[in-house]
Amino acid sequence: MTDIRYLAPRTLDEAVGAFAAAAGGARILAGGTDLLVQMRAGVAKPGTIIDIKKIPEMTAIEDLGGGAFRIGAAVSGAVLAEHAGFRKAWPGVLEAVNLIGSKQVQGRASPGGNLCNASPAGDSVPAMVAAGAVVTIQGPNGRRELPVEKVPAGPGRTNLTPGEIVVSFTLPARPKGSGDAYLRMIPRTEMDIAVVGMGVNLVLEGGVVKAARVGLGAVAPTVLLVEDAARALIGSRLDDAALEAAAAACRAACKPINDKRGTIAYRIKVAGVLLKRTAAIAARRAGGN
Amino acid sequence: MAKIHVSTTVNGEPVEFLCDASSSMLDALRGPLGLTGTKEGCGTGDCGACSITVDGRLMCSCLMLAVEAEGHEIATIEGMAQGDKLHPLQQKFLEMAALQCGICTPGVLISARSLLEKNPDPTEEEVRFGLAGNLCRCTGYDKIVRAVLETAAEMREAAR
Repeated sequence: MTDIRYLAPRTLDEAVGAFAAAAGGARILAGGTDLLVQMRAGVAKPGTIIDIKKIPEMTAIEDLGGGAFRIGAAVSGAVLAEHAGFRKAWPGVLEAVNLIGSKQVQGRASPGGNLCNASPAGDSVPAMVAAGAVVTIQGPNGRRELPVEKVPAGPGRTNLTPGEIVVSFTLPARPKGSGDAYLRMIPRTEMDIAVVGMGVNLVLEGGVVKAARVGLGAVAPTVLLVEDAARALIGSRLDDAALEAAAAACRAACKPINDKRGTIAYRIKVAGVLLKRTAAIAARRAGGN
Repeated sequence: MAKIHVSTTVNGEPVEFLCDASSSMLDALRGPLGLTGTKEGCGTGDCGACSITVDGRLMCSCLMLAVEAEGHEIATIEGMAQGDKLHPLQQKFLEMAALQCGICTPGVLISARSLLEKNPDPTEEEVRFGLAGNLCRCTGYDKIVRAVLETAAEMREAAR
């Protein structure tokens, strides 16, 4: 471990240059709540650590107006929680980000790290998918944008190409009547990994759903955008039949694993239950906006 | 590879130390800085025994590289008392015997202070949630929670 190099570049170009030059031997450090644990366990053995927190764009929260925000990939959960405007516009995204670990972990952990760690059970990801967040990525060949659901490729794997760094998340403007929510099921009351994670984002007009997005986590190799569930909700007044159809779509989308936290049958059933509960919270919030 | 030179502030005092790039802040505190009040429990961010604040924000020092301390303000358990005068939380933990083996206590105190700075009047549930990142292997949680609530009440009274 003695020959590790630590770099803290001030610009994205320097960071991308160093990351590409290391040809797979470098790891990006934001909060480090996954990386330092992996290094200690011997799973990650980077030759170079590139700390991106001195790059202003990586730690900025930009209010773009009308409820739209750009969040730097390395913004910590604790910092995001202190942003009153963001809290009001995207309570579901915030509650998902703030479920990642303890208060101590919140002081460091970032949505960018949560996405790039690519756990199917990452809490912030389903909420970001429901929000319709677009990820800005910079690499040796310049900048590109990807919908957040296109970033994870499988457990621990992303669709980023060598040398690419996640820079920020852009969340769209909020029409009147918007509301989002995130719920997860865990066997403990706190500090656990989701058995199912559910993000729902709704736009209501006169009680009718005009737009909906549903993000589903921990029940497949990647977090899923469940378009069939959204279609079942759009045009409805969130009546029982529409909610049951959306719940059925969520259950159908599940391809879960069996593990000590939950069986396949349990995870599938809970996915449907959480769709209904999360949609109810999102609708209540939409009614107040 | 040469050691890295780091200049930082610990408990209000400017300090300098040398470390490897892979050293954690916890390694630096307990090694070159000689501040062994911060404990190592799990080393993976689960137990909170190594809790410190960085620029006033609560963190696990095992999940931070020592080189990241450059230019920041670190606060550890050693800076909690003012000379011989204990912080009200420390005093109350003694009075109410809110510790057993004591390994988790520095981290719990740092965490509890951070909680009360943000929320001087927490409910029991808020205290339990706020301290959920601090594990006590002796399982003495009830006395800890009661001592934090009692301290909060006394600090509010003293501030009136």
